[in-house]
Amino acid sequence: MDAKNLKEYRKLCQESLDNEYLRTTLDTFAVAYRSGRANAFAGIDIDQLVADVAQMKDDTLKQLDDYLDRFTRMAEAAGVVVHHARDGDHANRIVAEIGHKAGCKRIIKTKSMTAEETHLVPSLEREGFEVTETDLGEWIVQLRNEPPSHMVMPAIHLSRYHVRDLFSEITGKKEDEDIEKLVKVSRNQMRKKFAQGEMGITGANFAVAETGTIGIVTNEGNARLVTTLPRVHVALLGIDKLVPTVADALSQIKVLTRNATAQQITSYVTWVTGANQCGAAEDGRKEVHFVLLDNGRREMVADPLFSQVFRCVRCGACANVCPVYRLVGGHKMGHVYIGAIGLILTYFFHGEENARNLVQNCINCEACKDICAGGIDLPRLIKEIHARIQDNEGHPLPSLLLGKVLRNRKLFHTLLRTAKWAQKPVAGSDGFMRHLPMIFFKEHDFKALPTIADKPFRDRWAEIRPQVENPQMKVGLFSGCVQDFVYPEQMAAAVALFKDHNVSMVFPMQQSCCGLPVQMMGERSASRDVALQNLNAFAKEDVDHIVTLCASCASHLKHNYPVLLADDPKVRPDVEKFCAKVIDLSSFVHDVLKVEEADFVGDGKSVTFHAPCHLCRGLGVKDAPRNLMRIAGMDYRESAEEDVCCGFGGTYSAKFPELSEQLLSNKLSNIEASGAVMVLTDCPGCIMQIRGGMQKRGMDIEVKHTVEALSERRKKK
Amino acid sequence: MSITEATDKPVSDVDRFVDKARAAAAIVSTIGSFEEAVDYAVDLGLKKELRRYAIDDSGVNLAGAVKTIAAPLLSGQEFDLLAAAAETHGLDCIGTGLRSHLAGVDIGLSYGDIGIAETGTVVVNCPDEQLRLATMICEYHVCILKRSAIVPDAYAAGQRLTEFMLDAPTYTAFITGPSRTADIERVLSIGVHGPLELHILILED
Ligand code: SF4
Ligand code: SF4
Repeated sequence: MDAKNLKEYRKLCQESLDNEYLRTTLDTFAVAYRSGRANAFAGIDIDQLVADVAQMKDDTLKQLDDYLDRFTRMAEAAGVVVHHARDGDHANRIVAEIGHKAGCKRIIKTKSMTAEETHLVPSLEREGFEVTETDLGEWIVQLRNEPPSHMVMPAIHLSRYHVRDLFSEITGKKEDEDIEKLVKVSRNQMRKKFAQGEMGITGANFAVAETGTIGIVTNEGNARLVTTLPRVHVALLGIDKLVPTVADALSQIKVLTRNATAQQITSYVTWVTGANQCGAAEDGRKEVHFVLLDNGRREMVADPLFSQVFRCVRCGACANVCPVYRLVGGHKMGHVYIGAIGLILTYFFHGEENARNLVQNCINCEACKDICAGGIDLPRLIKEIHARIQDNEGHPLPSLLLGKVLRNRKLFHTLLRTAKWAQKPVAGSDGFMRHLPMIFFKEHDFKALPTIADKPFRDRWAEIRPQVENPQMKVGLFSGCVQDFVYPEQMAAAVALFKDHNVSMVFPMQQSCCGLPVQMMGERSASRDVALQNLNAFAKEDVDHIVTLCASCASHLKHNYPVLLADDPKVRPDVEKFCAKVIDLSSFVHDVLKVEEADFVGDGKSVTFHAPCHLCRGLGVKDAPRNLMRIAGMDYRESAEEDVCCGFGGTYSAKFPELSEQLLSNKLSNIEASGAVMVLTDCPGCIMQIRGGMQKRGMDIEVKHTVEALSERRKKK
Repeated sequence: MSITEATDKPVSDVDRFVDKARAAAAIVSTIGSFEEAVDYAVDLGLKKELRRYAIDDSGVNLAGAVKTIAAPLLSGQEFDLLAAAAETHGLDCIGTGLRSHLAGVDIGLSYGDIGIAETGTVVVNCPDEQLRLATMICEYHVCILKRSAIVPDAYAAGQRLTEFMLDAPTYTAFITGPSRTADIERVLSIGVHGPLELHILILED
């Protein structure tokens, strides 16, 4: 994928959006994958298993050189030649030399992401070897001269008709599009290749230090033939494949196959230990080489933040659940490696120039982090790379500007107030139009944007601030900029509800934007400054909880502030106290206020829910809002894919409007299909996105914050 | 539930193994003796159609081809039994020379070393190349597994697996069902490059 700049990259993404077949396939897959995976993990404590494997990999990393040594010694003792390759070119040269020396010409190969990483096949072809991919999907893309579009399912972007036409060319007769038959064509065609292969090339899923064994996890049976028939076997593997023991390898298999293909185990796990018997070799022993590849891995694991990437087992799940991958497919979401991990590995393995555009195409929904077999904080690493690239190459103007503005709360708020007047001539009477921070961007016509409110919440506070006689607790309100300046009525609804439950409230005026928008744009230092401001704003207030109606703010305050401010030990105790107090609206009302049915006058109105990314994954809050709807006497109807991103993603929707629009469109259709007359959610950004979409589509479904629906149904006291 | 009320007996490892192996599309039966395995393999060979593959440019040559059972590493006595039964029914039986049969072997008969109940997996440790090839290039793989070799999960087999691998060189295969792919439109198809069917015969011992 070659895109010189973001604009070109967006064009490429648009091509994918227009590819009807790809879109339908990936949609079906995204839904099927989730249920399949859940079945495969039935009865297993996934979190524990993931944590165990992560711990094992972290421990391995601490003694990487010892284990590498051990592995090498054991493999060599069993007759294997072990090579160490610095980078991709070096690895390719080693493999070519092995082939030349052994006088091989015909090479048969199995699927290996590491070989894709080094571009091994084209390099061997230039050296005069004839290389055949034996894995069905890889063979298909090889015949089409394409890279794989998924780490586990290389040809997922192609239909049976594509394959039929391709195979018809190979066999010289018209093949049937029946999938069973097409598979048999490959079985028939490939046997000759197996029989004639002189050298076999594989990757490896793990390398066991205690025995010097490599393991290959497959389904088709080709890896068994490739490692058995030819007289030479070369395995190319990254040093991250190392595990200490056979038992560790077993744990890794347990999580890998379930997460990758929702299988409890694949058809085959092939464990190769040493130079095995081989009838095709002169001396009856196979010539076996293990090529251990570094290619930026050591640099990556030396970085305290990125060392967790060592835990990646290449299951591909982070692509399977990524809403952006689902829209654009693998060829647009990775250079060689694909999906969330692809964005990261591209930077380390294939350089800044290949990662520059890609890392911006993450909406920060955290679906990948939630599913990762290694428990890697992928979205955070993606944002960090984005920030590093910007630090290195210079910051784009809008991003710089926003950073500058946000650093200065007064300026920011003045701008917002001015925007109120500036928008007057174009503001619709229905309260929709552009607003900040979107004011910095164009191309938002797929949704109507709200106007800035007449009077922000901070200006209303003095009037509506309630007197609470016998307060049960004291709460600090954190509004975030959208609720302050665009939807102050949501804040007011919360204030009324809290008052009924004898909560006294403060609203520190020095608070500002939470900082997430600039964080998303790679403006790390602006993001840090804003965090400090907010911390100080609340430091003087002795409150029991800090409540925010915005799930994104809550998750950012709670999880990112400690990281952003980690370099300053002086503020650590304050940060810890602050973060511990931050709570989202639904959790506060449900778990702290513990509201009951008797507090509400229910009306049985049909409602559905949109689960904001930063609520259901960021904060792990799932039941509270749904229970609240029932407690307040509404008729909750679940809609499909409630926890899939609505496409807002803050500044993302400004950068990739086409993709944001498509995500929104899926969301609206799912809401509509639920039959509910109202949709609730816990994030003003999502409300802005969904309401704007409804307005544009002319849909008649109310969109409200959960707190508004609750407050409206309060029993009058 | 109190202990006295407990009615569900825990599922035995063998039952679990059978369930899981079948879920992975293996065909599982129970046999009482090796003789039954011989009958099973011969019968299967007779029922299936003869198929061969092109292994060079001369294409497929079925002239003079005879259905073949490959069964390396059986004891002399067991091999003789199988070979005699095969001959009676006009089948070939080979124990070596698998490399000259890359165009196709109809039945591969082997023992499995371990059965893993959790996933329905058979483990075949095959340092011997003939054994390895028989289980790979055959159309139908018939694998005899002693009932006593079934363990609850892979970890329970960890020690033995490690021992296999410390006795290098060796080639250890986990086999769960027949070969499969979902590479075209994610539609599952059984039988790609490895065996089209996996038959597991659990031998009471
Ligand atoms: S955070 Fe969401 S959008 Fe970003 S890579 Fe992960 S799944 Fe994809
Ligand atoms: S990053 Fe996690 S989810 Fe993605 S391939 Fe690696 S292990 Fe799998």
